Amino acid sequence: MVGITSFGAYIPYLRLPLSAISGGKRTDGGPEKAVANWDEDALTLAVAAGIDCLTGIDRKTIDGVLFASTSYAFKEKQGAAIVAKALDLRRDVLTADLGDSLRAGTNALRAAIDSIKAGSAERVLVVIGDTRMAAPRSALEANLGDAGVAFLVGDTDVAASITASHAVTDEIIDVWRTEGDPFVHSWEDRFVVDHGYRSSVKEVVAGLLKKQALEPKDFTRLVLFGPDKRSHGALARELRFDPTSQLQDAMFGQIGNCGAAFAPLQLVAALENATAGDKLLLVGYGDGADAFALEVAPGIEKLRDRRGVRWHLKRRAELPSYDMYMRFRQLLATEHDRRASAGLSATKHFRDRDYEVSLHAQKCRKCSQVQYPHQRVCFTCFAKDEFDHVRLSDQIGSLKSFTFDNFAGSPNPPLVATVTDISGARLYLQMTDVNPKEVKLDLPVELTFRKIHDAGGTPNYYWKCTPAR
Amino acid sequence: MNSQAIRDKVAIVGMGCCKFGENWDKDPQDMIVEAAYEAYADAGIDDPQKQIEAVFCGAQYPSKGTAEVADALKLYDRPVSMVVNYCATGTDAFRYGVFAVACGMYDTVLVVGFDKPKDRGVSGPSVAVTGVRGLPATPAGWFSHVAARYFDTFGAGREDLARIAVKNHHNGTLAPKSMLKREITIEDALNARMISWPFGLYDCAAQSDGAAAAIITRRELAKGYRDDFALVRGIGISLSADPKEDPSFDFLRWKPTEAAAKQVYEQAGITNPRKEIHVAQVHDCFTLTELLAYEDLGFCEKGSAKEHIKSGTFELTGELPVNTDGGLKTFGHPTGATGVRMIYENYKQLQGKAEGRQIKNATVGLSHNIGGAPQACGVCIIAMP
Repeated sequence: MVGITSFGAYIPYLRLPLSAISGGKRTDGGPEKAVANWDEDALTLAVAAGIDCLTGIDRKTIDGVLFASTSYAFKEKQGAAIVAKALDLRRDVLTADLGDSLRAGTNALRAAIDSIKAGSAERVLVVIGDTRMAAPRSALEANLGDAGVAFLVGDTDVAASITASHAVTDEIIDVWRTEGDPFVHSWEDRFVVDHGYRSSVKEVVAGLLKKQALEPKDFTRLVLFGPDKRSHGALARELRFDPTSQLQDAMFGQIGNCGAAFAPLQLVAALENATAGDKLLLVGYGDGADAFALEVAPGIEKLRDRRGVRWHLKRRAELPSYDMYMRFRQLLATEHDRRASAGLSATKHFRDRDYEVSLHAQKCRKCSQVQYPHQRVCFTCFAKDEFDHVRLSDQIGSLKSFTFDNFAGSPNPPLVATVTDISGARLYLQMTDVNPKEVKLDLPVELTFRKIHDAGGTPNYYWKCTPAR
Repeated sequence: MNSQAIRDKVAIVGMGCCKFGENWDKDPQDMIVEAAYEAYADAGIDDPQKQIEAVFCGAQYPSKGTAEVADALKLYDRPVSMVVNYCATGTDAFRYGVFAVACGMYDTVLVVGFDKPKDRGVSGPSVAVTGVRGLPATPAGWFSHVAARYFDTFGAGREDLARIAVKNHHNGTLAPKSMLKREITIEDALNARMISWPFGLYDCAAQSDGAAAAIITRRELAKGYRDDFALVRGIGISLSADPKEDPSFDFLRWKPTEAAAKQVYEQAGITNPRKEIHVAQVHDCFTLTELLAYEDLGFCEKGSAKEHIKSGTFELTGELPVNTDGGLKTFGHPTGATGVRMIYENYKQLQGKAEGRQIKNATVGLSHNIGGAPQACGVCIIAMP
């Protein structure tokens, strides 16, 4: 039976209190939303979730990558190919991007299931990331959040089998964003809820239950996309699910509506608490709706070490101000806008892909010294061209040195710059998601794939370190 | 290799240095002419077209290359070459001139170091982004990477650095050609805004424009120019791995300084640098760079710099005065000019022409530059015959 064989999630470290948006009084424990750091975007969130998902899994066994997002930066240039390279997967993986709809995440899940059923792949990684923006201080802005999710889909050793799926499509002007517009727009919310959300979800759930001859009471959990807390609970009741015992918490006021990743992220939260035999109903919404029936298998127990939602919810820091958020999103003009500079050399990037995207180092066959960046002659024993590649991105490093650079042009100075030792190689890495007070010599660090800058007007990705948590 | 092959073979018979600063109203041509013509006058050269046989230039960011010097001085139809070697550029240009003279090919050559960074419209280094690795690319960020581990290992701290800034600011007030002429206090240094920890504003050298020049000749010919010429006792350059990539780096020293110092001490026959060198100009792009130079040049034991800073060893009145003209701290650092400017200061000290900052009975002077990641170091020792 096809199903989910692994899962992972990523919620950014930073939270923006909703009171900061309205300019109102800040209260501890008040509602907030998860916001990508200035060096994160939809693709990096997806990669981070993918790393969580692939913990302990041989990356060479992955046959395909589907990347879903409504907010991925490039209009032409595949995100899944970047994800595959960052995760150091095989070259003969099937890659595809899905976008343009809130349903892109569940669409990708469906496509992965179907490709496995069709026999074209055995293990397909679905990664989803969204960092949608609404106009500053608009009503919609408080509603949105940023997150990434990943599932490995396969038909052996499943943690949750997918027993049925159903989809309906709907043409409606509810939420949209056009090319060149950074902001998502929405029609009046009561129209959207009544004639978009409620209508499509009811139709898809009814269709799936009918197909499978199931009743709402047959499910342990309903994992449901929701535009807001009230509509979410009301629709569950209308579908004859008990909002208290059956409805999965959508984490309103904690993360926010993270677009294509929203229902999938809740599924991860549900799986974290599920045990073998539980039955879940997953419903994604956007231009229609997708529904999936899942049955949790004993394999779920092997996934207890995933960071998932629970771990990431606890790892948090508050953004100090709304202005800082505006700087992160480049909504405030700055004196030196890096987007205007020439940017990367494509040929240099081409030559350095293994080292800079897959974060490979070289290990000398003669003296075993691991070294970085790309060398022809060994740093230590001077052997020429006697190297094997080793992946550093999944290793723990330690800080040999650091500085706090106020001169380096960060939107949130100081920029923490480090020399990090990883397996004996030394890497000059920026540190992210860190309070400078935490930084000390020999601190263990892990690697995270980030947008290093956007010179040339495109996101340019590289690895940074962050305290190992 | 014959380490002594260069010792005392080449003499400096004239030197010049323009006023360093934010020279908004001066072209590189203006600064090169000022420095070269001061050197001509100092050497008594009245017909450079006949007397200068070759020119060695150093500049890190020249707009035209060698032509910038040849055009300014109208020194055509003879060899004019340019050296680029990070912050050791000026010292290395001088070194090429020394070897050209020592081999007997030329009698008299001109060395010119210059740079004009203040034409770029920004107060710091320009950061052109062409890749994703190696960022951030700020010199303060690079040079500060030894701080955490050095402080942790040897117990030094920001106050030790502040004392270096205070010393150099003081010395700079006594140098006519320095840019900054202002005394500061330890509190000023400690309370200034942070550039890159542990470097506050006063831990960093300023950026400036400048040019300096030297006329060198074979020792036998020196008397024809002047009686109080100085001899080149040793000069070396060394490159090390990028300290941010070098798997064996310990973050307690700058390897290129140790390697260049070894070369030059062998050439000069120096075994006890603190006693045998009387005045030194060392690279103080950042205060910690000067602190490490004390140790890496063998002026004191590794880890002991802070004691010597407190006891005043390297002040004007100390046992081995360092940066008697205020260093990069008060002259700024027009990269190609700096090494030659340091030799200029040592030359004036050895001749007894250093006015209010004169070190008594100084006959041996050392100059030192380190730059890049940092990877390149140049060291030069000059001495009275």
